[in-house]
Amino acid sequence: MAINKDTVKYTANLARIELSDEELDQFTGQLDRILAYVDKLDTLKADDLKPTSHVLKMKNVYREDVVKSSLSASDAIKNAPLAENNLFKVPKIIDIEA
Amino acid sequence: MELNTLTAHNLADLLKKGDISPIDICNNIIDKIEKTENKLCALAHFDKEKALERCGNLDKAAEKNLLWGIPFFIKDNICVKDELTTCSSRILKNFKPPYNATVIGKLTDLGAVLMGKTNMDEFAFGSSTETSCYGPTRNPWDTERIPGGSSGGSAAAVAGDEAIFALGSDTGGSIRQPASLCGVVGLKPTYGRVSRYGLIAFASSLDQIGPITKDVEDAAILLKAISGHDEMDSTSADVLVPDYLSGMKKSVKGLKIGVPKEYFIEGMDKEVKDSLKIAIDKLEKLGAVCEDMSLPHTEYAVSVYYLVATAEASSNLARFDGVQYGLRADNVKSMMDMYKKTRKEGFGDEAKRRIILGTFALSSGYYDAYYAKALKVRTLIKTDFDEAFQKFDAIVTPTSPTAAFKIGEKTRDPLTMYLSDIFTISANLAGIPGISIPCGFTKNNLPIGLQILGKPFDEEMILRIAYNYEQNTDWHKRKPKL
Repeated sequence: MAINKDTVKYTANLARIELSDEELDQFTGQLDRILAYVDKLDTLKADDLKPTSHVLKMKNVYREDVVKSSLSASDAIKNAPLAENNLFKVPKIIDIEA
Repeated sequence: MELNTLTAHNLADLLKKGDISPIDICNNIIDKIEKTENKLCALAHFDKEKALERCGNLDKAAEKNLLWGIPFFIKDNICVKDELTTCSSRILKNFKPPYNATVIGKLTDLGAVLMGKTNMDEFAFGSSTETSCYGPTRNPWDTERIPGGSSGGSAAAVAGDEAIFALGSDTGGSIRQPASLCGVVGLKPTYGRVSRYGLIAFASSLDQIGPITKDVEDAAILLKAISGHDEMDSTSADVLVPDYLSGMKKSVKGLKIGVPKEYFIEGMDKEVKDSLKIAIDKLEKLGAVCEDMSLPHTEYAVSVYYLVATAEASSNLARFDGVQYGLRADNVKSMMDMYKKTRKEGFGDEAKRRIILGTFALSSGYYDAYYAKALKVRTLIKTDFDEAFQKFDAIVTPTSPTAAFKIGEKTRDPLTMYLSDIFTISANLAGIPGISIPCGFTKNNLPIGLQILGKPFDEEMILRIAYNYEQNTDWHKRKPKL
């Protein structure tokens, strides 16, 4: 097996996705089949090859650092599920005991 | 006259003569949508009052442009200011972008009229438009079948004459494969040809926006309209955009066209294979020199793609966390709980599967064996094309190994679904342009597509071959009975 339930559970946690037991079962089987298929890459000798992360010949793209207008705070926050005073509002992150 | 059945360039002629007005076209489109949309489910968002209003407010000063007064639809992953843009996903169900994608501005500046959004696989994850939160789009040629995907809504709308043309996005075949399965023209430009500013990212090293049209001439007009460097997308290339309309009319006499043996495999539809043979004969009769050749690393393309694309997707989709936009789960205990529950409720199965697969391929301990290895093999696939294009002007293949399959046929086995992209994926990995055009029908009256691949930034060549083929065949004139 290329992947087991514990690894899928661990990876889902890294990806911040909660899975039901049913999903965990289903995904483990499906991902295992997919990974077994991609294992055909192991039949190739690729160690000495340069990786291609994108196909364009460009590297860094520079521009002049000039001040331009951008989205207003109220526009930028318009889609927030919860906001206050033009700030995104989220559940408490740090729990400090008084 | 049913104006909704015509091409953009036909309509432009009629508008120029003064025989019709943009409102006439818009009304025909609306009538057709009211008649057939309940069968097709091709659209994600459509507001007829708004469409009519836009049509009435057209800038007369832009009237000389070919696209003036022509209505169009776009895939639901392209941002339109203050209008729903959801990627057919629950996690973006109320999202209204605060800005327009560059392609939207380019088309509306020319006077084209934005009508609405088309359905798609959730976040473009799919080959059948079945993973949409709005339900599956159906193929106009047989509504029991899928239209292909992920731009299935765009292809079905154009094929079903609910749209004159539409924009889609293509990460592994998502424009070309649905165009093939719906019997219309779909063009994926070279990586970097069209600005992706405002396209909600799936896999950033692969994604391109392109047109789905009723004929090759419209594809040429659209490509010219949306191409070009954009400072808002640093991956858009500063390369001259030629006049495709005159370039495509040159003859194909003496052109060297490669036919890769790896694209005629066991398990593919015999009818697809036979249609391709006839299409290749046709190109030879027109004067092209077709020759068998090899792209030796083709069999590794699906593996490389599903590692690279999911790895990039897992990173791109990390932004959907319930903080800045879209869905946020209720009754959460902590920040971590909010992330996990929001993503559990917001993403469909295929999105979850791909994010987990991509995260796995990038994770410590597996990175070298999967992601890094895939990037190296990608080099081999790209080199295959680099070498082939030293000898050939273009390459022709089937677009898809089969015609449209039945709804539900491949949803339970993701790997089988992934393999339906087998002929389109390599072009994205190599960054080259590709077009799919109709080249036949099965005995069940389902469309078959011919794919033409070209050198980077040589869309002119693939349009030229496509145009010459189309002018000498009638496949593109057939219409589905809906």
